[in-house]
Amino acid sequence: MLYSRIRRDEKLLLSELRDRGHETEKIDVRKEHFDVHEAPDAFEGVDLVLDRCLATSRSRYATEFVAHYDVPVVNHPRTAAICADKARNSLVLAEAGVPTPRTTVAFTKESALEAIENFGYPCVLKPVVGSWGRLMAKIDSRNAAEAILEHKETLGHYEHKVFYIQEFVEKPGRDMRVLATDGEPVAAMARSSEHWLTNAAKGATTESIAVTDEMRDLVERASEAVGGGLLGVDLMETGDEFTVHEVNHTVEFKALDEVTAVDVPATVVDWLEAKAAETPEAPT
Amino acid sequence: MVDCPECGAGVDLHDDLEVGEIVDCATCGAELEVIGEGPVDLDTAPELEEDWGE
Repeated sequence: MLYSRIRRDEKLLLSELRDRGHETEKIDVRKEHFDVHEAPDAFEGVDLVLDRCLATSRSRYATEFVAHYDVPVVNHPRTAAICADKARNSLVLAEAGVPTPRTTVAFTKESALEAIENFGYPCVLKPVVGSWGRLMAKIDSRNAAEAILEHKETLGHYEHKVFYIQEFVEKPGRDMRVLATDGEPVAAMARSSEHWLTNAAKGATTESIAVTDEMRDLVERASEAVGGGLLGVDLMETGDEFTVHEVNHTVEFKALDEVTAVDVPATVVDWLEAKAAETPEAPT
Repeated sequence: MVDCPECGAGVDLHDDLEVGEIVDCATCGAELEVIGEGPVDLDTAPELEEDWGE
C-alpha cells in the first residue's frame, strides 16, 4: 500500500487484508525515492500495489513509477492522471457520452468572466486540482465573479489560472457517491446538506441508497471512461435523470462503510485479490 | 500513554495503532502522526496541503 497518511479507510483495508492472511507492506512515499532505472527495494516481491496516497501529486507520480517498474498497480496512473484533474475528468466523461454538467475552461480573467456571463448566475468555479469541496465558489453575481477571478489570478498557484467554470446544477439538496470496482457498484450513499456543497468532508449527512439500473449504467460507463479501477463516482439528480460530475481515484469510503449494510472493505479486498490473481508475478 | 511533542501532556493511544496514522492530543488539540510503533513515537503531523484528498 502506497500511503502518506493512514486514514480510517486504509486501516479498514489493512485489517481486512491481514485477517485474510495476506502479507501487507506499507510504503510511505515520503520516505522513498523513485529511480527511473531501478525500483526501490520496497517493491521487491510485491504482487499488487494499492495506491492510497493522500496527496494527489504523489499519487500521480508514484503510480507512474510503479507501473514503469512493471509492478501491477491500482489504480493505474492513467486513471490517476485523469481523475486528479477536473478538466481531464470532464473531457473523458464528455467523450464517452456520459451526462456531465456543462463545463468551460478559460485561461484569463477576461475570458473566464465572459464564460461566466454566458453561463449566467449562479454558476460554479472550481480548482482543477483539489478535493473535499475546498476552494469551490458558487458565483451569484458579476461583482462576485470579478472579485474571485482577481483573487485567483493574483494569489493563486498557476493551476488556479486554469479557470474551470461549470453550470450550477439545481440538485435536490443531495448528491450521490457510488463506490465501484471496475465499474461494478459496491455500495452507494446520498450526501445531503442545506449547503450547496454536499461533500461528506463538509459535514453533509449520509445515508445508504440503492443503485438503480440507470445509476449502474452510468457508473459502468464513467468508470470505463477513466480507465477503471477502485473509484468513487459522484452523481447528481437532474429531475428524472442523473449527471456525473466527477470520478475520484483515491476514493475515501469510511462514511459509506458506516451507513451501508455492505461490508465495503471486504468487497474491495475481494476485488484486490482478483486483481492480484489476474496479474503476472511481480519481478523479484 | 506517550508525551505530546507539542505540549508535553500525555496522549491516550488505542491498541491497533498504525505508523502513518494521525491521533489528536486531547490537551492542546495538535494533530500528531504516529512515526513509530515499538515503542510508540509521535511527531507533529504535516499541515494540510492543497492537493490532499480523493
